[in-house]
Formats: sequence, C-alpha cells, structure tokens
Amino acid sequence: MNQHPTIKPSIDARALAQSHSRTLRLGTPFQPRIDALGLKQDWYSWAGYRAPHSLWDEELEYFAIRSQAALFDISPMTKYRIEGPDAEAYLDRVTLRDVTKLKPGRVHYTAWCDDEGFVLDDGTLFRLSATRFRLCSQERHLPWLLDSAFRYEVSVEEETEVVAGLALQGPTSFAILRDAGFAGVERLKVFDLAEFAHDGATVTISRTGFTGDLGYELFVPADRALSLWDRLMAAGELRGIRAIGYTALNRARLEAGLIVANADFTAAEHAIRADRLRMPDEIGLGFMIDPKKGHFNGRRAILEARAKKTLRHVLVGLEIEGNIPAEHAIVYYRRSQEVGLVSAAMWSPMAKRNIALASLQRPYGDTIVDDLWVEIYAMRELQYQKLMKRAKVVPRPFVKLDRRTANPPADF
Amino acid sequence: MTSSDLNWGAIVIGGGHNGLVAAATLAKSGRKVLLLEAGNEVGGAGRTEEFAPGFRVSAVAHLLNRLHPDVVKTLELERHGLRVERVDFVPSVALSKDGPLVLHGAYGEVLSGASRSEQSAWKVLRAQLLRYAGVLKPFLSRRPPDLAGMSLAEMTGLGQTALALKKLGKEDMRDFLRVLLMNVYDLLDEQLSDDRLKGLLAFDATLGSHLGPRSPTSLLGLYYRLAGEIGGLAGAQILPRGGMGAVVAAIRSAAEKAGVSIRPASPVAKVIVEKGRAIGVVTQNGETLRARTVVSAINPATTILDLVGPREVDTGFVRKVKNIRMKGDAAKLHLALDRPPQFAGVGVAGHKGRLVIAASPDHVERAFNPSKYGEFSPEPVMEITLPSLVDASLAPSGACVLSAVVQYAPYALRQGWTAGKPQFLKAIMAQLEAYAPGIGATVRHADLLTPADIEARYRMPGGHWHHGELQADQMLMLRPVSGWSGYDTPLEGLFLAGAGSHPGGGISGAPGLNAARRIIAMRA
Repeated sequence: MNQHPTIKPSIDARALAQSHSRTLRLGTPFQPRIDALGLKQDWYSWAGYRAPHSLWDEELEYFAIRSQAALFDISPMTKYRIEGPDAEAYLDRVTLRDVTKLKPGRVHYTAWCDDEGFVLDDGTLFRLSATRFRLCSQERHLPWLLDSAFRYEVSVEEETEVVAGLALQGPTSFAILRDAGFAGVERLKVFDLAEFAHDGATVTISRTGFTGDLGYELFVPADRALSLWDRLMAAGELRGIRAIGYTALNRARLEAGLIVANADFTAAEHAIRADRLRMPDEIGLGFMIDPKKGHFNGRRAILEARAKKTLRHVLVGLEIEGNIPAEHAIVYYRRSQEVGLVSAAMWSPMAKRNIALASLQRPYGDTIVDDLWVEIYAMRELQYQKLMKRAKVVPRPFVKLDRRTANPPADF
Repeated sequence: MTSSDLNWGAIVIGGGHNGLVAAATLAKSGRKVLLLEAGNEVGGAGRTEEFAPGFRVSAVAHLLNRLHPDVVKTLELERHGLRVERVDFVPSVALSKDGPLVLHGAYGEVLSGASRSEQSAWKVLRAQLLRYAGVLKPFLSRRPPDLAGMSLAEMTGLGQTALALKKLGKEDMRDFLRVLLMNVYDLLDEQLSDDRLKGLLAFDATLGSHLGPRSPTSLLGLYYRLAGEIGGLAGAQILPRGGMGAVVAAIRSAAEKAGVSIRPASPVAKVIVEKGRAIGVVTQNGETLRARTVVSAINPATTILDLVGPREVDTGFVRKVKNIRMKGDAAKLHLALDRPPQFAGVGVAGHKGRLVIAASPDHVERAFNPSKYGEFSPEPVMEITLPSLVDASLAPSGACVLSAVVQYAPYALRQGWTAGKPQFLKAIMAQLEAYAPGIGATVRHADLLTPADIEARYRMPGGHWHHGELQADQMLMLRPVSGWSGYDTPLEGLFLAGAGSHPGGGISGAPGLNAARRIIAMRA
C-alpha cells in the first residue's frame, strides 16, 4: 500500500483555512429545519443564502398557501434598522411614499429612486416606533442609505443577519398564531404590526405578505428562530401548516399582481444598458409618487418625465387566451410589431385564467390596449409549437381574496 | 422673523466680483435685483484693504490678467472708471541667482536676459501656447456645452471650436491633442533649456492648484492662464491702480447704475425651497426675502450643503457636491516695508512687474512635494508684486507694499497653522532675503494669510480661490459637478454664479456673466 505521510496533514490545514469555500451559500437561522424538510434538494441563491425553490412538491406547496398555511423563510431579505429623531424625515426623503403619514405600528409598501428617478428597489417599511423603522428589500443599499443620511440625526444599520424572518401565509395562518398563544394577534388589521413575547425575547408580527392572502410576517432575533419555527409548526399541525419554497410563493405573488425587483424590472444599480432603467410610473408604482410631500430622491426627474411625457414603458397585467403560460414571451401589436415582453406568467388555479405581467413600450399598454398578442413557444414532446395568442390588458390583482383584509381575520 | 412683501426679480447671494457682475447683468435686463453681501464691503477676494496703518493692498487677487472682454463691454466698465492701457502692462521677471530673465509685454512678446537660441525657442513655444490656448478659449469662457439639449447657439459655438481646431492644420492639431493632458514639466523640457524660463512657466501652470509641474495635466493650468486676456491681449497683466478694489469699484458702480440694490453686512442663512423651487432667502438677521430667481455667487458646496441643505436635493447630487475638491495650497503675504526693496539685478520696470521666485521646474516640484503630505514648502515658490510702485497712494510716502502669492501652503497643514504659520513666514522671508538682500530689516508689518485664514476671512472653503480645484476632472462640463455645469441647479430658480462654476476663478467675471446670461435665456 502506498503511503503519503506528509501530504495529507498539509491539505487538511489548507482546507481548514478555506472552510468558507465549502459553504457555498450561507444558511439562514432556520436552515436546520428547512434542510430536514428539503426532500427535493432544489436550492437557489437568495442574496447569498441557500434558499429552496421547492421543498417537497411545487403544486402542493402552492396549495398550502391557498388552502392551509404556508411557512416561508424570508430571513435572506435585506433588512435595515433605521433609528433616530430624524428617521421619519430621512426616510421621507429617501423613499417615494409619504412617511409622515405612516403611523407607528404600521407598514407600507414603497420604493426608492436615484437622482434620475430610476427605481433602485422596492420594499416594505415597518414603523416600529416614532423614531425606529425597519426597511426590507431585495437588494443591498447600505452605501446609498448612509450617503443619504448626511446631515440627518439618524443611524442606519444592516440587520439582515441578526434578524430572522418568516412569512406565515394562508387561510389558517391567523388561527395558527392564535393557537400558538400570540394573544391579541386578532386585532392586527392589514399592514398593522405589533410586538409579542416569544421565548424570552420579542417577535414582531405584521399582517403583511407577498401572497395576496390572509397572512403574517414574523421577525425575531436570529437565536430565537428555531423555537419560533417549532412553536408555529406545533400549533399548526392540525391546520395543515407546511414549509414551502420560492416557486410556490412566486405563483401566489403573481396572482396577487405583485412585482419582483430584477425579475419584473431591472433595479437601477443592476442595469448595464441605459434603456433598462425604469421610473416608478413605468413599473406600476406611479401611485407612490406624492408631489405634495416633502422633497424625495428623484422627485425632479420623475415630475419632469411626467410633464414632458417622456415615460417610455408601462407594466401591465395581461390575460392571455388558452392555458399555456406565456413566460418570457414577446408581446406584439397586430401580431407583428414587437411592443414588449412578459416577465412572469402562469395558469392561475385561483383565477382560472392564463395571467401574466408584461412590460410594454408606450403607447402600447397605455393608450393602445387592443390587438395585443403574445407568441408562446410551447414545448410538446421535444418540439416547439409556436402559438400566437390574444392578450388583453386587465387590472391587477388577478386574484382578490376578501379574507386578506377581513376583520376580524377568519378562523379557518 | 420679519417678512418683506417686496418681491425681487433676483436675489444675488455674495458680493464678490462674480456676484456683482451677475447682479449688474440681470439688472440691465430689467430685473429688480437685490445683492446680499455677508461682509461690510463688497468685492470678496478682490477688495483692497488696509493691512497696516497707511498700507493698502489687494486682498487676495493682485494681478488683473483675465477680466473677460464681454464683462468690460456688457457693463461698460470703462465708463465706470476701469482703465486698461498698453502702457499699464507689466512684465514678468523670473528671479534667479544667475541674474533675472524678463518677459516683456503680453506674456513675453519680448524676452530679455536669455540666450539668443532660447529667445527663438521661446518665440516658437509662446506662439504655440497662445495658439492652443486660443482653441480652448471659447470653451474656457462660454457656458459649457450641454450635450443633452444643445441650443443652436451652443452648436454654433462648438462648431467654431471645431473650425479653430481644423484651422490649426493637421500637424498642429495632432500636436495640440498630444500635449493637451501632458504635464508642463515634460513639455518645457521638449522645447526650452533655460531653467529660469522653465521655472516661471512651471510656476504659472501650477499656481492656485494642488499640482506640481510633473503632475499629469498640469499644462492645462497654463492654458487657463493664457486663455485670459486684458486690454485685448492674451497673457497680458496689469497691477490695477488702487488695487483690485478699484476694479471691483468699477463693477459695483456699473451694478448701482443698473439699479442693483446692494446690501452689505447681510449674510444669508438659508435659501427657502418650496416644492423643488427656490423662492427666496432668509438672512442671518431673520429677514425673509422672496425672489423669482436666487443666484448664489458664493461657494457651490456652501450653497448646496449649508444654504439649501441636503434634504432639498437628491442623494446622488449631494455625493457629487461633497466630493468637490477644494483644499487650497496658496498663501498670501502682505508686507509693509520702510522702503522699496531691491531685487538683485532687476531694473525699475521689473520692480513694477511680477517677480517670480521659481528658479527651475525642479524647484517648483520640490516645493510641491511636501504639500502632498500636509507640510509646507521649506523653500516656497512665489509671485511678488510691489503695487505701491505703480500707485504710490497705497503706502505712506517713501514706504512700500509687497504683495505675494506663495506656494505651497496646504490648507490642512498636519501640524496645524497656529504652529506652522510663524515657521512658514520664516521660510518665506529667507527666500525673499536671498533675492532682495536686506528686505527683512525693512519689514514694519507682516501679514501672512494661510488658506485657513483666507477661508475664514473671505468665506472661501479650503481657502481655495477657484472655489474648487481647477483640474481636468473639475473643469468644463464637470464644474462644479457633472450634470450641472450650466449654472442651473436641481432646484428650479436657483443658479450658481461664482468661481466654483465654469470656467473657474480669477478676476474674470465670466461665471457671473454666463450665469446671468443663462438666467436671461431661460427667462427665469
């Protein structure tokens, strides 16, 4: 037998010094539980974290959202803690919507832009107290947020790693929280948040989510993550609670008509090509613009684009004939003129419609909404079949569920 | 807070010469203009001030070499007392232990004290420098081209520059482009051999900037100097009678004639912004003044960060403004002397001119080196004038005023200027003593203004007379910041008109005039 007495230890020492290379993606605080459920081993990288596309069955995970309760790990979402006497004024300048109207204990969906009025990201802003906020987003923005803080009495800290997050979404989500002992959770209206005791610490629960369904989001110190997971799983056992991956969530959010940064639009700091940048009005976020509020980043450029009518794109919801998802299909006017692209599409089991989100070049989708078509390449037994299908611009959300907003929340 | 019902057509903040030019030009267009000056007197760095009993001197700028002809014409400054005649042109003298070398007329039309071959080499180089500076001249005076939305007039202007380039001929045009971003040291080495002449040119190229002759792009500074003219001649210079204050007085007189209301001792605390538009100012005494247009002829960073405040503009713009480099390297020395000094080997005419201590390009470079590390030059280079020899009223009878710009004196001196100033003064006096033996004994009073002093006294952040380094990355379309070089700002109704805007500092009036023209063109 050959012996290599000297080589092996040196490799070990080197390998030890490079342990980071063996952990290709970071685990979230919930990883031990998720790994145990991850039968499909179908992972992707979410901001550097190992996140599941699907854990056990895409279809059933989706229906857990709509018929039971789904538990989705949102820890990789970028989270900033923004605190100080000027926090409100600071965020009012950085983000589009009027933060002075956001009361403590409330959440709103907002977005923020660069000087040219192009969207850097969208996200949710949690007002935890008069002077303390949490900003959640897809991308990282610390340099921008810190530079924006010049001459404001405010501190901005990234807290992505120390705060774990869970989304509990679906008709039985309220009942599960109640049964788990979060007394008073029934008082939360949509976009309300409150703090609850958990395992000697505090969990912030908000009635928010990315599914258009009844649902909640929970934020907890990372070291209390597993006990929270276990508490919810135990309480939800008889109410059908299931852990899910992103594919299922992505379907639910599409039915709810919600957009995803760098999927439905390219965030300004990611775009390489000048014509990929988007103003809020070009991705359906025009409703956030409030010319009457104080100054906010991009205000001048956005109002100028509106006044000079230089907005070039529009994001619309489409209903497409047939039942073949039109994912990334090209959109045509009069079956021949290329006018846009579908960014997300699916057959919606809830709406019983073939739905899609698409970015179109104005005036198509804006003032010209008739005679639009999508070209779908349907793969049928190793052969593409080209389908030209009629598309109709329809309002979003595609699915509107009364239980999302019902008060008190229904006890399913 | 009291509020005035009076609405002004324009409020100009800052009564430096650019503010006065902007105010006068706007008033001539029929606007009702109020000029607010923080100090007790207008003129900014162009004032003439008494620094010792009976001794008066130009505060910072002491030579007039770039007052823009359009300013003279538009404001009819000659009717208001400005006098520039060919006989007033003063020579530049390169002092040296080997005997001085003199550039007569407009930047050395005649060179004396040099060898015959050097004289002919200078003739060729001078012509070339003026030719190339001439190509840049329209760029260095007009509003920089707005590449996004160019007007016909701007197109025409660019076309003229293209034509001027074309007229250079193929060889010359290639050479122009070759040397454009060169350092002055290498260029001088290509064509000259006399260290005195090279030292003088190296000094002129780097005067007022944080560059040494060997720093890339240092030649641009020389072009900037030669793109200026006075009395119709590029490169010419005069020592104004009455000091620079007399030039400012002429502009002030034109402004008053045009109807400008000038209010000294009225520092502005705040520019009032409503819905993205500047609508007036609040003075430090708490008075609110409203105007259709607010023109800031003070420092751009002070304007945006302090008067407007970062909350009223976008993050990216604040980033850019915060990044404007403006740490000065030039000190100003004023000496009250018992009698006129005698610089060795220099004649009567030379003493009335500009005397430069910069023995060689290496001397300038060595003087620059310590400033990179926060230290002053142990053997500083300097430009000396004796204004009382031109205008005897500036000093008591028989006595003399010496005014010198001295480099390098870094704004952020590591040891601090409290400790550093006496040491630096000593180093300067040792240099002066070497060229004008006995001068030290005649000093009745010495007043050394470090960049820190200039900052405090003349409200120039960093003590930088250009209100922002005048280097390639902060010139033209990049001045004061990229995207906002056309005197307008992200705030509607707020314009910048000071040296921090294109083309830059020096007593030219060009930023003030351009800003006013822009406002008139925009009908703002």
